[in-house]
Amino acid sequence: MRLLDFFRRPPPSAQVAKERLRIIVAQERSARGGPDYLPLLRRELLEVIRKYVNVDPEAVHIHFDHAEGHEMLELSVALPDK
Amino acid sequence: MAEIIVVTSGKGGVGKTTTSASIACGLARRGKRVAVIDFDIGLRNLDLIMGCERRVVYDFVNVIQGECTLKQALIRDKRLESLYVLAASQTRDKEALTPEGVRRVLDELAADGFDFILCDSPAGIEKGAHLAMYFADRAIVVVNPEVSSVRDSDRILGLLASKTRRAENGNGGVREHLLLTRYSPRRVATGEMMSVADVKEILGLDVVGVIPESTDVLTASNAGTPVILNDESIVSHAYQDAVARLLGDTVPLRFIEEVRKGFFSRLFGG
Repeated sequence: MRLLDFFRRPPPSAQVAKERLRIIVAQERSARGGPDYLPLLRRELLEVIRKYVNVDPEAVHIHFDHAEGHEMLELSVALPDK
Repeated sequence: MAEIIVVTSGKGGVGKTTTSASIACGLARRGKRVAVIDFDIGLRNLDLIMGCERRVVYDFVNVIQGECTLKQALIRDKRLESLYVLAASQTRDKEALTPEGVRRVLDELAADGFDFILCDSPAGIEKGAHLAMYFADRAIVVVNPEVSSVRDSDRILGLLASKTRRAENGNGGVREHLLLTRYSPRRVATGEMMSVADVKEILGLDVVGVIPESTDVLTASNAGTPVILNDESIVSHAYQDAVARLLGDTVPLRFIEEVRKGFFSRLFGG
């Protein structure tokens, strides 16, 4: 058992930290500069979508962009595999 | 032209004040005229780290409210004659710090011929932190190689890019530098701590310094002598390198590799 544990060692914790940070920082940056209602909008959209499809909270991505005088709200939902 | 540098981080306890004190001393040692201001209204700390706590008569808020002149409030360092400290007020009234008042003090320091004005930001993203960064030309973002510190500093980067005078005027924005503190090459080598490269990649910033974890930092604050002045310490060398980089020198990073002890030094505890 001990020997098996040795081979099945989890990834070093620094690698886990980096991966978690990469995801959360990217998510927070995409909401930055956008209107304050974005997190609430995201949550409510998720609730509505979940009435019909059981999606993961992580599956809803909202991206807010300013470009040449107009603002764009991009929404993508990854649907689960059937 | 005075250059205004904010030392900021978002998270508390990562080494902002230690860094402000050492960078200020380092710049003064290189012949620059430096003023370092404590923006942590209500919780005065910089004076202790600088070792001038018993010489504080007037503070930042006294100057802003016109209760004394700037000259009366500036405390001249006893070790470095071109270095001055402006202490934080211990008033509980956070409203005492106003944008107009801060601007006036910074303008007066600039007119007085200071080369560098360092603004030691309080933790958090409230008013004190906002005003510490608002007028900055450059920012030193102090980060520990640890998840919450990295995340908070990314929040700060967002604020530097939007809630500062330079961002609002659209003249190039604030120049941002990453300074890693409490770095342990040994723990990086064993995969327990994120490396300089990891943090740099996540935040996308230039590294101005990497300060190794060391007991010398506590010893220095105990004594009220900024750690950069302890020339025996590698922490001092790391801060001196950071100062050189701030001044535009190209200096390779040191103290980021684990020093492997040889057989004999291990045996004899060398």
